[in-house]
Amino acid sequence: MSNSAFIYDAVRTPRAKGKMGSPLSQVKPVDLLAGLLNGLRDRHGLDTALVDDVVMGCVTPVGEQGSCIAKTAVMKAGWDESVAGVQLDRFCASGLEAVNLAAMKIASGWEELVVAGGVESMSRVPMGANGGAWGEDPQTASDTAFVPQGVGADLIATMEGFSREDVDAFAVRSQERAAAAREAGYFDGSVIPVKDGNGMVILQRDDFIKPGTTVESLSKLKPSFEMLGGMGFDDIALSKYPHVARINHVHHAGNSSGIVDGAAAVLIGSEAAGAKLGLKPRGRVVATAVTGTEPTIMLTGPGPATFKVLEKAGMTIDQIDLFEINEAFASVAMRFQKDTQAPWEKINVNGGAIAMGHPLGATGAMLISTVLDELERRQQRFGLVTLCVGGGMGIATIVERV
Amino acid sequence: MTGTFNYEKDSDNIVTVTMDMSGPVNAMNDEYVALMGETIDRLEAERESIAGVVLTSAKSSFFAGGDIKSMLSLKPGEGEAEMFEMNLKIKGMLRRMEKLGRPVVAAINGAALGGGYEICLACHHRVALDSKAVQVGLPEVSLGLLPGGGGIVRMVNKFGVERAIMPLLEGTRFNAKKALEAGLVEELADDVPSMISKAKAWIKANPEAMNPWDVKGFKIPGGNAKNPKITQMLQGANPMLFQKTRGLVPAPVKILDVIADALRVDFDTAMEIEARVFVGLVTTPVAKNLMSFFLQMNQVNGGGSRPAGIEKTAVQKVGILGAGMMGQGIAYVSAMAGIEVILKDISQDAADKGKAYSDTLLTKRVARGRMTEEKKASVLGLITPTDNADLLEGCDLIIEAVFENVDLKHKITEELQGKLAENGVWGSNTSTLPITLLAEPAKRPENFIGIHFFSPVDKMPLVEIITGEQTSDETLARAFDYAQQIRKTPIVVNDSRGFFTSRVFATYIEEGAQLIEEGVDPVLIENLGRAVGMPVGPLAVQDEVSQQLAVKVSETNRELDERLGDKFAGETASYRIASKMLNEYGRGGRAHGGGYYDYPEGGEKQLWSELYSLYHKPEVDLPVNDIKDRLLFRQIVESLRCYEENVVNQVADANIGSIMGIGFPPHTGGVLQYVNTYGLKAFATRLAELESRYGERFAAPQVLLDKAEKGETFA
Repeated sequence: MSNSAFIYDAVRTPRAKGKMGSPLSQVKPVDLLAGLLNGLRDRHGLDTALVDDVVMGCVTPVGEQGSCIAKTAVMKAGWDESVAGVQLDRFCASGLEAVNLAAMKIASGWEELVVAGGVESMSRVPMGANGGAWGEDPQTASDTAFVPQGVGADLIATMEGFSREDVDAFAVRSQERAAAAREAGYFDGSVIPVKDGNGMVILQRDDFIKPGTTVESLSKLKPSFEMLGGMGFDDIALSKYPHVARINHVHHAGNSSGIVDGAAAVLIGSEAAGAKLGLKPRGRVVATAVTGTEPTIMLTGPGPATFKVLEKAGMTIDQIDLFEINEAFASVAMRFQKDTQAPWEKINVNGGAIAMGHPLGATGAMLISTVLDELERRQQRFGLVTLCVGGGMGIATIVERV
Repeated sequence: MTGTFNYEKDSDNIVTVTMDMSGPVNAMNDEYVALMGETIDRLEAERESIAGVVLTSAKSSFFAGGDIKSMLSLKPGEGEAEMFEMNLKIKGMLRRMEKLGRPVVAAINGAALGGGYEICLACHHRVALDSKAVQVGLPEVSLGLLPGGGGIVRMVNKFGVERAIMPLLEGTRFNAKKALEAGLVEELADDVPSMISKAKAWIKANPEAMNPWDVKGFKIPGGNAKNPKITQMLQGANPMLFQKTRGLVPAPVKILDVIADALRVDFDTAMEIEARVFVGLVTTPVAKNLMSFFLQMNQVNGGGSRPAGIEKTAVQKVGILGAGMMGQGIAYVSAMAGIEVILKDISQDAADKGKAYSDTLLTKRVARGRMTEEKKASVLGLITPTDNADLLEGCDLIIEAVFENVDLKHKITEELQGKLAENGVWGSNTSTLPITLLAEPAKRPENFIGIHFFSPVDKMPLVEIITGEQTSDETLARAFDYAQQIRKTPIVVNDSRGFFTSRVFATYIEEGAQLIEEGVDPVLIENLGRAVGMPVGPLAVQDEVSQQLAVKVSETNRELDERLGDKFAGETASYRIASKMLNEYGRGGRAHGGGYYDYPEGGEKQLWSELYSLYHKPEVDLPVNDIKDRLLFRQIVESLRCYEENVVNQVADANIGSIMGIGFPPHTGGVLQYVNTYGLKAFATRLAELESRYGERFAAPQVLLDKAEKGETFA
């Protein structure tokens, strides 16, 4: 590999419930992203003409998020017109895919400075608004045994023997850790408040965390995917897993990732670019990997992706100091731990998407800032970020604090 | 005196709330917040015992809207948060009113514009008095603002984007009948008692009233942002706006933006967005300029420059000397105001032609359904065309509108001033000749005054009144009153070569000509003239004025210089170019064989190709911003000089005169106001740059430097 892909900064917006009436529902996705880009620019007095490309994940790129929101935001932010922009979609991994792609652009030596990240306004552009053949085209859905991911998450729990209490306990821990981290200000360095056109703050800090959540309080929530399963999706899923008697529907709004609005941006560049900007790198992208697993259960990719990325990096699981596994559903993170045997003390130490929310296209890039902040705080070296992905894919990235 | 919202419950348990604030009108201010707050609290508390609410006003108007003066004083970065909170508070109260669970009806007894109509929109039903006093609408855009009291959001939700868009973007004011047609009010009533009883009848018939957007399952009429037809319409609205504003006025785009968001997000979220965007607009320079224009228009039309203590007069019989383009226009506007007109020319034929002009205009009005045949006949009947000077006998005002020639004007004054009624006023319509000079033969110079009309007189809203050295205050007052009688806006200036408007106007043409001589591409000059907001480029303006006239005026000015021992004329680029075009190429202007442009029959005008071989230097590459500033600032510098020289004494007169008389861009708020929002120091600095690059004509006048030093503005 010719060049190191250095991470010069990683920032994000705070997250708030992705529903009308929530603070960020006032903010257009293009402004959410443009505001963050300019926040990043202002932190470093960045000469935007030096940026080759802006790569942004967005999972619902229609309506306000349509027509290449990356370039649109670059224009809206008033960046130099030489800066390109591209929007990509690898489902929930889009934000991390953007980071990985940016790292490859730098590593290849073909580009010098790239901003990677993602944006998702789930309040304004609801999940699923973009449709797609996988779920909507009958023959395709039938041929690929499409099942909504919540059913897959429940199937994982069933197969792994995670009870309702187990997954709720996991969710409570996510809440506790996130609340403690927010309280201690661990996120403050990377969170750029969202402001309106007058410079008045609309949202200062993460708004989705629910401190005080208990297993008792979660026990009142009804399973979210029981009805869908009962409509026949359980049968489709079980046709692939004939040894399972029935699916235990354990997931609900309280132990699944939150629907939120948010955006993230990571500044990735070559050593030379950093020197030109007068910036010290915070981290380095060590290796990246994507893989695919059985698509009907869909959410078991993180383990295999992790092994793949470790192998590429020539590392072992023990060398990783911190793991960030996206808490799409409690069972996903729990299955990841089981697959990798990584110690819980190293996993999602500041909570995850169950507590803070999962703005689909942005989350992967947000996790880069989360893990880098914590590596710095703990003065540790290696972090691994991984997410489960639609279509059974998995993605993983190893970063090194420098 | 403290204001009240009078609260009265009748035997049917219908509460009538009568707004009677302490000022002359009900307005959106702290007092309103307090009174409305108390009223809503009480309505909510007594909800179970009331059947509905009629909201009306004790004033002659219903409700006047926002407090422009306080908005004008808000500086960027100061007080936005307070204004935002205040806005949400006002909205919150209206929201509580519309969600009271009891029908609320607005009984609109007078004007309900801006905030006034926004209150009406938050009611469930609107009954308006069928009276001239009633005007409804959301004219905020004309102040550079947007309807921030829920106006955009409720208009969109009530009417759908297709019907809401024009009233919001154009700020249309509707009279009672038009408001009914457009659906802005649902009922009209002939008098106040029947208005109140109609309001109460509606309450009884609709005990459960809710606004549609608060009913579950509500859909915006015509569709929301998910409808491809709607998104297409919004996409098309932007370029249409740009054609009008050239991107110089932020409010219309912001309004469109809030409309778009109101189609994307829920009602209450849209309300908060509207508040944020409103607050952002208030402190923009353009909003300040437009608000200041509004206040200064009131100042000017309220007689700010009219001498005080002189009783208002009305002209009964006006004599107009010369039935040419100006005379016939003056005859028309005078007759339209009900004044008897004697239109005199050398021959009966010429005078008849002058009257025929009015006939043509009136016939058009009738054809458009804006006038009856009877009314037309009566207006025409007021105009007597004649070649007989005796008919002028008894005119209380004579306006001489002959060619711009001192001797001719003198001669006519001598001949005809005896026809004036006792103490009648003699007005000379001139755009360049000094009034004091013209007044020389006058027997009563104190009754002699300049009345500068703009062409075409029937369309141009401004009149520039010029006082000569001996003109009396009474004469000025009478000329002022006449201007208002014919529904023009009068500005008052002192006698000086070119007065105010012509002097400033000439600099625009002259700067265009200088750019031509420097070799700048004429296309660029024209486009940048429009880009700064002038209605047309300086070259096209010159063609309209005509090279022929330009040459003539220059010659007249030289003669005047000799006569007065003055140095006004000077050799100008526009004169050099115009005389070359006229004498060597026979190009005397648009109406005289073309000018800077060719005017092909039935085709679009095109720049005269020879212009390039004569003047264009491709190697000349001036910064675009310099060209723009030269075209705009040259006029401002001249205005500052006029102000400094007391040619114009009132800032308002300079601002209003520039916008209404010579097409200075409205978003600037006028020639002097623009300097206020640009910043006096910054403006002086920029002038220094232009001066060093392009010459002394950009030197900052002392009045600017002094005021900048003292931290004052032009007010």
